[in-house]
Amino acid sequence: MTVVVRTIARLLFPVALAFGGYVIMHGHLTPGGGFQGGAVAASALAMVLVAFGPSRLKDKKGLLSALESLGGTAFVVLGFLGLGVTFFANVLAGSHGLFGRPVPYGPNPGDLNTAGTLPLMNWAVGFKVLAGLGAVVLLFALFGGEDDR
Amino acid sequence: MSAHIPILAIAVPLLGGFAVPLLAKLHKGLRDAWALLVVLFVGACVGYVAVHVFTQGLWVYVLGARHPQETLAPGGFPIRIMLVVDGMSAFMGVIAGLLALVAFPFALRFLPEEEGKSLALTLGLLLLAGILGMAYTGDLFNFFVFLEVTSIAACALIGFRTWTSRAPEAAFKTMLLYSLSGLLFLLAVAFLYGEYGALNLAYLARELRGTFVDRLALGLFLAALLMKAAAAPVHFWAPDAYGEVPAAKALLLVVNTQVSLYGLWRVLFTLYGGLWDAGVGWLVVALGLLTMVVAAFMALVQTDLGRLVAYGAVSQIGYMMLGVGVGLVSLAGRPEYGLVALKGGVFHMLNDALTVGLLFLCVGAVEWTKGTRDLRELGGLGHGLPEVALCFLLAGLALAGLPPLNGFASKILIYQGSFRLSPILTAVAVLASILLLAVFARAFQGAFLGPKAEVPNRVPGVFLLSMAVLAVGLLVLGLVPGFFLEGVVTPAAEALWRGRALYLAAVLGG
Repeated sequence: MTVVVRTIARLLFPVALAFGGYVIMHGHLTPGGGFQGGAVAASALAMVLVAFGPSRLKDKKGLLSALESLGGTAFVVLGFLGLGVTFFANVLAGSHGLFGRPVPYGPNPGDLNTAGTLPLMNWAVGFKVLAGLGAVVLLFALFGGEDDR
Repeated sequence: MSAHIPILAIAVPLLGGFAVPLLAKLHKGLRDAWALLVVLFVGACVGYVAVHVFTQGLWVYVLGARHPQETLAPGGFPIRIMLVVDGMSAFMGVIAGLLALVAFPFALRFLPEEEGKSLALTLGLLLLAGILGMAYTGDLFNFFVFLEVTSIAACALIGFRTWTSRAPEAAFKTMLLYSLSGLLFLLAVAFLYGEYGALNLAYLARELRGTFVDRLALGLFLAALLMKAAAAPVHFWAPDAYGEVPAAKALLLVVNTQVSLYGLWRVLFTLYGGLWDAGVGWLVVALGLLTMVVAAFMALVQTDLGRLVAYGAVSQIGYMMLGVGVGLVSLAGRPEYGLVALKGGVFHMLNDALTVGLLFLCVGAVEWTKGTRDLRELGGLGHGLPEVALCFLLAGLALAGLPPLNGFASKILIYQGSFRLSPILTAVAVLASILLLAVFARAFQGAFLGPKAEVPNRVPGVFLLSMAVLAVGLLVLGLVPGFFLEGVVTPAAEALWRGRALYLAAVLGG
């Protein structure tokens, strides 16, 4: 791709990743969540692929696959955390620990430090989707023929 | 811990599946041991659940609640995802656990490392998790989610050998049918959700009024689940799929079709049990007859051993549909023969799982030694592989329903029950069985008899062990069917026949 596209891609890559992270992090407060944020972050990978060609990311396949498995494992492990009560029980909510503050009543700007295990699950799903979708577009690009720069 | 066993049976294979690629990066042996350990644990879980349910009645488990039996949220409305395991669910879980226990040791030896063994193991464990989820869940949307989990895992396994020309085609065909089936199911769930504002199966079963939309949803449920269970006239994906999937994983596909049938029984007997309609039962009976005859005729002309066995497997789906369909037709008056046919249909699910499983393992062993499944090239293997030949013969005869094997035990119940409803049904079913006998006589002769053939590879011991387990099962179920009929099949059939009120009461109280 041309130098214009590559420069803009280089500038936008961290921004797109950060926006994906923002959507994941605020999943329990605003529209969005793990899947949506992961997809946004994966679009940053897709942008790099379009701008620089797949050769840049070829050796990242192992990393993406490991990240995907980690995301899936983390999600199920978070479910196991609740086993003292029931599977998937939200044990962190209201515990005054991590994400453990009680949800404030009435109109408020939203407290990030609430909702217990839900934000953690959002992160697990986010990483899984980022890695999974990233791997899919990477594979498409690798099998898509010549790398035209 | 024992209070959580139903969910552990689903969550542990899920966790196991995701962890397999990570462990594979550390050490291959560790990964194999882990997969085996997970399957053993699942087997123990489904066994424990079955014993508990058969002796003490329904087992309800509510996810994320303050305690596992808190089915109703404040306000008396079942809002959480829950597992409701009754006799039929537990029975289905046992079938899945049994075949997984046999399939995974076989698969660990059968799958070559360079063909992506880790991925196949991951997909196999995810498929197992999905199957058990479908069997145990008491929530319609949850059922749909697990339906999709099994669809995706199964399609990926079918298209696993991407370098062959036929596997991607089979996977594409299957994916098309599975996605259509999933969408129809989702549409039906959406109709019911729009009408009653609930997704809980027991709650919907109590509320259903039989409106036009309810009937539309029933049609969609029937279409979706029959499609996935490979009933005629939408059975054509199954021979391709069974033929192309790595042999050991075909066993999980067999359970996958059966659990779709289980879903159909759940919808017909529990969800729509209050709005009984003989027409629906007759439809199931008619499609069952069509399935068994079409598949038996198609099996006659196959030259590929895998596809031949696959058509045999499809024809058995027809027998289950006939048995349970006769039960459904006679549900209103509850005459004795209805329960007999229903028991036969349910018993046949277990028998079919063992028989078809053994046949697919034999096909896998033949493919392992000769590298081909084409009947025109095979022949004379009986001299070099006597154990495989014996197992194939046993399973073929059992599939055709010859005494004293297990297929006879369940088919005689189906014949007895359906004869009282209409002798024509029995005549067609017996005809299909005779055709199947011809099919398997020809296949046995083609593959194992004839002048002695070279056998390049020996069959590994673990293959023989897996096959021996199933072969012994065939004989035991055939020789002492009464024990299993009383202990395992009757609670499952009774759960469909009379268990609806108990199912509703376990979730909704009162």
